[in-house]
Amino acid sequence: MIKTDILIIGAGPTGLFAVFEAGLLQLKCHLIDALPQPGGQCSEIYPKKPIYDIPGFPEVLAGELVDNLMEQIKPFQPGFTLGERAEKIEKLEDGSFVVTTNKGTQHHAPIIAIAGGLGSFEPRKPLLDNLSKYEDNGVSYMIKEPEVYRNKKILIAGGGDSALDWSIFLADLASEVTLVHRRNEFRGALDSVEKVQQLKNQGKINLITPSEVVGLHGDGKLEKVTIKKTDTSEEIELEIDNFIPLFGLSPKLGPIADWGLEIEKNAIKVDNTLDYQTNIPGIYAIGDVNTYPGKLKLILCGFHEATLMCQSAYQRIHPDKKYVMKYTTVGGVTGFDGSKKEAPKAVVKSIE
Amino acid sequence: MSDIKIKITDREGVQHEVDAPTDMNMNLMEVVRSYELAPEGTIGICGGMAMCASCQCYVKSDHQLPEKSDDEEAMLSEAFNVEDNSRLGCQIHMTDDLDGLEVELAPEEL
Repeated sequence: MIKTDILIIGAGPTGLFAVFEAGLLQLKCHLIDALPQPGGQCSEIYPKKPIYDIPGFPEVLAGELVDNLMEQIKPFQPGFTLGERAEKIEKLEDGSFVVTTNKGTQHHAPIIAIAGGLGSFEPRKPLLDNLSKYEDNGVSYMIKEPEVYRNKKILIAGGGDSALDWSIFLADLASEVTLVHRRNEFRGALDSVEKVQQLKNQGKINLITPSEVVGLHGDGKLEKVTIKKTDTSEEIELEIDNFIPLFGLSPKLGPIADWGLEIEKNAIKVDNTLDYQTNIPGIYAIGDVNTYPGKLKLILCGFHEATLMCQSAYQRIHPDKKYVMKYTTVGGVTGFDGSKKEAPKAVVKSIE
Repeated sequence: MSDIKIKITDREGVQHEVDAPTDMNMNLMEVVRSYELAPEGTIGICGGMAMCASCQCYVKSDHQLPEKSDDEEAMLSEAFNVEDNSRLGCQIHMTDDLDGLEVELAPEEL
């Protein structure tokens, strides 16, 4: 079981900055995120978009902001459980919590800070009858072990980078790769688009565009699909082993919605007059995931909320300790890794 | 003129006629949110970058709308429930030309 002081759910900018503020108070943090990399939306959705309202940064790319935050929190050695979604929470007798992910990883902490943004990113599913019946019986939304597709007949749907990249990858492994997309144009890195073109010309990828999958068939497991050409309405039946729809990800509040927290407007209600605590003492919600009168979903507001949350968390963990906030210009930054950053001392010396 | 009238049919099928300012740099998605015609968290999820389709709507009147950008085209090509008159609300800026515009919000993707 992973033990920490503050368990942060969500490794977006708000969750990452909370590690820094907690570190100044000598509190250790561990982060859980459903995405395989830290940064939340900034890394997943818009890493190349400039942000103009981070105080002190006239312009910073979302991806760079995440890199900077990771650098800033490095001395505090945060732990990460990535690619797993926080699923269950259990309150122990001493008031601490155990959070278990969908993969069974357990985390124990006295304080939980939910910095989940819009929720965990889940694959977008096409609207098809009996889709759920074939999930894990021929339909999957992500590729975990490419080996299972060796010598199989694979159908990929989608028009973005992941559809292109996996088509290229599987072209060598699978016995047959078909790629369908609702348009003739694909949106992806130029290299990937050109490579798919090349593989199509070599007959290694069967491209059917513009078209979409409209029907799934098979007894127990997926055996055949119906593909409809969107320009001519012609319907094609295709025998396949696996169908992999890759339509990107969309955020869902998910299991957190069932933790007994007060939810309003798809967000978690918190006490904004004090410390962003939820209706369950010891559980805080910071950043885009929370709501209160006048709430603004801005990264800079998340930073502020994270800071106040950490002060409150410190008092919960150390009810008997006296403490006053110290400026980093005065106290410097002492990392758990032994590193120390501080303002250079002024010289006191007479000039003769 | 700084306000135009827009008719918006929400996801329950109820039509609302609202005043939309043209001098606030607002887009249709933001107008819908400002009148709370769709629950928070179900519209404008990406914030207006044409990177999700949560603000998809069907344009019912024959107003001349600005051409779709490549980003909007690409997003709509991957969205669900797309029709010929589908647009992303976040890409439609409120201008005087759009007075009388009628739109219907597309169903929420689940």
